[in-house]
Amino acid sequence: MSETNTKESTATSVLSADTTKTLRDEPRGRTGWSRILLGRDAIMIYALIATIVVAMISVPRFASPVTTGFLLLDVIPVLLIAMPMTLIIITGEIDLSVASIAGLTSASIGVLWQAGFDIGLVLVLGVVIGLVAGAFNGFLVAVIGLPSLAVTIGTLALFRGLALVVIGDNAVANFPPELTGFFTSKLGATGIPTVMIGVVIIVLAFGVVLHFTPFGRGLYALGYSPEAARFVGIHVARSKFWLYVASGGVSALAGIFWTLRYSSARSDNASGLELAVIAAVLLGGVSIFGGKGSIPGVVAGVLLIGTINYALRLGRVSDVVLIIVTGTLLIASVITPSIADAIRRRRHDQRLRRSLPQA
Amino acid sequence: MTQTAPPSPAPNAPAPTARRAGRSRFGGILRLRELPVAFALIVLVVVTYAANPLFLSPQGTKDLLLNSTIMIILAVGQAIVIITRNVDLSVGSILGLVAFGTGSLFATFPGIPIPVVFLIGLAFGMLLGAINGLLVTIAKVPALVITLGTLYIYRGLSNAWAGGTQYFADDRPEAFGNLSVDTFLGFPVITLLALAVVVIVAVVMAGTRGGRDLYAIGSDPDAAKLFGIPVGRRVFTAFAVNGLLAGLAGVLYASRFNSVGATTGNGLELDVVAAAVVGGVAIFGGSGSVVGAALGAVLLTTITSALAAMRVDKFWQQAIVGVLILAAIIIDRVASLRTARRLRISEARDV
Repeated sequence: MSETNTKESTATSVLSADTTKTLRDEPRGRTGWSRILLGRDAIMIYALIATIVVAMISVPRFASPVTTGFLLLDVIPVLLIAMPMTLIIITGEIDLSVASIAGLTSASIGVLWQAGFDIGLVLVLGVVIGLVAGAFNGFLVAVIGLPSLAVTIGTLALFRGLALVVIGDNAVANFPPELTGFFTSKLGATGIPTVMIGVVIIVLAFGVVLHFTPFGRGLYALGYSPEAARFVGIHVARSKFWLYVASGGVSALAGIFWTLRYSSARSDNASGLELAVIAAVLLGGVSIFGGKGSIPGVVAGVLLIGTINYALRLGRVSDVVLIIVTGTLLIASVITPSIADAIRRRRHDQRLRRSLPQA
Repeated sequence: MTQTAPPSPAPNAPAPTARRAGRSRFGGILRLRELPVAFALIVLVVVTYAANPLFLSPQGTKDLLLNSTIMIILAVGQAIVIITRNVDLSVGSILGLVAFGTGSLFATFPGIPIPVVFLIGLAFGMLLGAINGLLVTIAKVPALVITLGTLYIYRGLSNAWAGGTQYFADDRPEAFGNLSVDTFLGFPVITLLALAVVVIVAVVMAGTRGGRDLYAIGSDPDAAKLFGIPVGRRVFTAFAVNGLLAGLAGVLYASRFNSVGATTGNGLELDVVAAAVVGGVAIFGGSGSVVGAALGAVLLTTITSALAAMRVDKFWQQAIVGVLILAAIIIDRVASLRTARRLRISEARDV
């Protein structure tokens, strides 16, 4: 909008008589209900619902509680990590080390459990390891001011490497059955996994922080312009630091979930997950340039990819080919707005040319 | 964070050296971005050799060179793209597709001439790179996102194409496999090929209009546009050349390794970016050189062999790579801060 406004003002200064007409012709930002019902998030949610309906009609065995259970269990790690990732990308940074943090946590809790520590203590230590790893990222990015893309490529290798150092090529599988059983248990007959309660709480917490607190609103300002954000009193470095700590902590939770769901602690757990998370976040409407995006959109994006993959898998499409879908969705979702933008700009120019007297 | 600092002059740019006339040539050499990584490489080789003389036996040296060949070519291509302030994450998938394509060419057309296979591989790689370039320049979406998408798409295509099929060394002509066995003056043939690539690309980047334009685009895309540089066309070319080099790496991969299948080249992309970053190519573009990137690739692959030769637990290897990347970024940061300060001081003096 700001771009069109400035164009507008130069145009009107040339032609002061025609101001009202040109302004009225300009497309305005949507407000009120139409903004909620026609916005980017809503479109994602419609796409999700449409996909689910189509899958229920056309894919045999899709419409069952079993589906809900496995689909949700599959998307939980991505959904969890997508939350802090959304906030980080909104500030214009990125965190590629999340899957390695999950792997490091997984390896560590395996070794600690093997060493005979109490399982409660082991899980707490796992989260602490994630928080420390996140704080290390946050220190390098926010305090020293290094580029996050490069730093987290480095820590991606570092944390995965530490996971290897910790556990080698062993696997620990003898976790207490009550615990692993809990992680795959369902809420009654609904098929919804019990751990979804915790996941929903985390999602809600991130949603509230991002959309309803000054801290969260500040992140958008930060993504648009770090300088301007500093001038209006946002603690740029401190905000980024805590986002990375949160990212480390949530990645550790995802690592714990991964370990206990498959009842296996290995160094290569969750490897490659970082790209799947980023793909889902961007599909959910978060701009890689920062300053734009929302939690409902991201949740819809994560579930959309999860549903399509699950439905195609039920439809006997090979697992490995499915990543084409993820890639195509990702590219389509970023190209469509920029094509729409180009068309809008063209229309604007044409309108401008019409309303201006031909010199 | 090089974007906020004034664009630091590229190490081998002739113009700034001439302007700083009073300064010694030696100081210029000391500030070369390739220097820390070259130094680290030498130290690594010397220390390993001292610990285990077998490390530099003829066979050991040959293995070192062979192992780094493919990474060198990929890192050179990636450096071209990163210098324009873009990134190409799809190189691992391109390499996989081309390598499998090479395998199936030999299997379907027995007796196909080897140069033809090379040409087809290069063209295929260039096509895939050009698709990246088109999407990035036309849609004006960050390369990170586009190439993350094509990473998945190309990988999916190669999965769909290859399925469970694998091609082994028996499926290809002996002469093709010999490319990565035969030596010339002690260097494996494919390593010489990689060195030729490094020299050609380095000369183009340092001495031609198009090469210098890439640095200008990476330092400040808007200024480059104002200056009249065809930004879109140059960036597109960078991606196409990177694809071409990934294609070359793919063909060589098929020659070097025993089997190619659906998972060939999986996860290679971050190693390649890491090699370029370790070699002093700033992730935000505008500085670094392909020679540095090639050195970075050699360093990263040598570490693997060195750790094995020194009988260090192999599990430490990846953690050390991570530390190296972080060290490279910090050195980069310190260098750009010093450049910024020097520019400020010299400007103050001129006033």
